[in-house]
Amino acid sequence: MEDLNKELLLDLYHTMVRIRMFEERVRDLALKNEIPGFVHVSIGEEASATGVCAALRHTDFITSTHRGHGHLIAKGGKLDRMMAELYGKRTGYCKGKGGSMHIVDFALGILGANGIVGAGLPIATGSALAAVVAGRDAVTACFFGDGASNEGTFHESLNLAAVWKLPVIFVCENNGFGEFTPAQTVTSVRDIATRAQAYGIPGLVVNGNDVIEVYRYASEAAARARAGGGPTLLECKTYRWEGHVVGEQAFLGAAAYREQAEIEEWKKRCPLIRFQQYAIASGRISAAELKKIEDETLAELDAAVAFARESPLPDPAEVTEDLYA
Amino acid sequence: MAEITYREALNQALREELDHDERVFIMGEEVGYFGGAFKVTDGLLATFGEKRVRDTPISELTIVGAGVGAAMGGLKPIVELMTINFGLLAFDQIVNSAAKIHYMFGGNAKVPMVIRAPQGAGHQLGAQHSQSLEAYFLHCPGLRVVIPATPADAKGLLKSCVRQDDPVMFLEHESLYGVKGEVPDGEHFVPLGQANVMREGKDVTLISYSKCVYDAIAAAEALENEGIDAEVIDLRTLNPLDIGTVVESVKKTARAIMVYEGWRTGGAGAEIAAQIYEAAFDHLDAPVERVATLDTPMPYNARLERAALPSAAQIVQAAERLM
Ligand SMILES: Cc1ncc(C[n+]2csc(CCOP(=O)(O)OP(=O)(O)O)c2C)c(N)n1
Repeated sequence: MEDLNKELLLDLYHTMVRIRMFEERVRDLALKNEIPGFVHVSIGEEASATGVCAALRHTDFITSTHRGHGHLIAKGGKLDRMMAELYGKRTGYCKGKGGSMHIVDFALGILGANGIVGAGLPIATGSALAAVVAGRDAVTACFFGDGASNEGTFHESLNLAAVWKLPVIFVCENNGFGEFTPAQTVTSVRDIATRAQAYGIPGLVVNGNDVIEVYRYASEAAARARAGGGPTLLECKTYRWEGHVVGEQAFLGAAAYREQAEIEEWKKRCPLIRFQQYAIASGRISAAELKKIEDETLAELDAAVAFARESPLPDPAEVTEDLYA
Repeated sequence: MAEITYREALNQALREELDHDERVFIMGEEVGYFGGAFKVTDGLLATFGEKRVRDTPISELTIVGAGVGAAMGGLKPIVELMTINFGLLAFDQIVNSAAKIHYMFGGNAKVPMVIRAPQGAGHQLGAQHSQSLEAYFLHCPGLRVVIPATPADAKGLLKSCVRQDDPVMFLEHESLYGVKGEVPDGEHFVPLGQANVMREGKDVTLISYSKCVYDAIAAAEALENEGIDAEVIDLRTLNPLDIGTVVESVKKTARAIMVYEGWRTGGAGAEIAAQIYEAAFDHLDAPVERVATLDTPMPYNARLERAALPSAAQIVQAAERLM
């Protein structure tokens, strides 16, 4: 990490802390039914969103998934407007019409969380095309899961992006499961990155819990894409600590689909702790500096929850607004 | 007669049909080890094994397409789409293959496949997870569209679907799985194409299916207090459609209200209203009303979601307008 400037390092940590704290709070609020609907958190997977988005510019695009809070925060999403959206309030990013699975901030190049598995891949291909047609060197980072790589859209999008040499970074966050199904039982290859070979593009396996490694790979992929070198598939190996959906214990019953020991093993590889260890060992960042980031984030989060709680509900008449442009 | 849930009734039907015919098998996302996203296939893997109950990747188009091929190859697939929303990814195989093969190939091949899919709104899941899409399938010749409201019908219709030779969209409502009702013991079949008069009345006919049947019944009870005597019909299947029962009722009441959770425009209610006009125009005292979902994607906020969905109160108001 010697070659990375300190400001960037602190930013990486700040982003991971914002994601972790936001999602832990959202999980707790959802368990208390203060936040309704389906809520999918990415606790334990923060490094991939953070490392990839740190390699992007403000003017670049991302597409996200049902598990999208981390991607949005990493691209600059505001915690208060996100929280207000989860509360279904008028001040939320989508005026209370979207919810957790449909948060968006176009001003930040975020083309939306998406409740349909694999739907982001063609959209990312198209936003990359738009940049090329406009003569801009913007790239699109497309997040999706291991499960999504079994949808046709994955294969069709990689092919099209490869044929048209589009500036897309396809980021597969392989957290080991699609809902309650272990990835290896429904996926033809162990490393999804190998699927890139079929489309003649680079496919790289990345330690998805190492934010600096993710940042380096994503920076290379972004540079290649901007230079007209076409798409890259990055497979970030990681693990989902929490359930597929918040509250799943209530309906899982006896159908536990993984061992507690496996979860504990992955918790030891926590991306935040890993970063703290690097940072302090490097002698360039002190524990006090990290603590300051955590304290500031906690205050930001408390303010976001207060904002969401106090914000007005939409008026029922708003139900028919925004249907057409 | 045993009182069981809609979910248990479906599970019984699947179990009995797997037992009855070894060509029958189930495939879909999370149907095996997890027992189905809504637990409808719970326990079937343990009894019938991995050959008969297959967990698939997240690949809707290919799951349904493989069902078509398996059916043409002599099996009787029951394909579960985790929800109808994701079934849109399989639309091509449903419409261009399953629905067409028997006709397009001059009757030489058939596709005896049942596609089961939960649908419906009401849980603040937002625009992409709250749809009721029966009208899309009703529009397509060659498909059967079956949409039960009660546990007894869920069981009896599902068993009938597995025993016939056409592709079926079997649409379950996500809010009904916990609903309990009496289900006849032993082999229980409900034939396709027979509507059920759930409540007799002489002033207005409420025509519905799936979850909205319960709203219609609640509305009929409320209307009784106002001296309005409503008849409630549960269509149970949209294709084949038992328009005879509907027309007979409308000739008696002279007023009809379609109640359904699909979007109002182009919904099943529009088609049935047209058929009522064709067959009973002279008997009507008022235009057919439609109580349905607003023509918007489903919003997330609870207030907005309630504003978008049909309700018993809206049915009552519609009936009052007609009297
Ligand atoms: C097309 C489609 N099929 C099924 C679902 C239901 N579903 C939601 S998330 C999910 C698992 C996705 O797995 P993966 O892509 O690995 O992402 P993860 O949840 O692990 O982050 C499934 C099957 C859906 N939302 N969309």
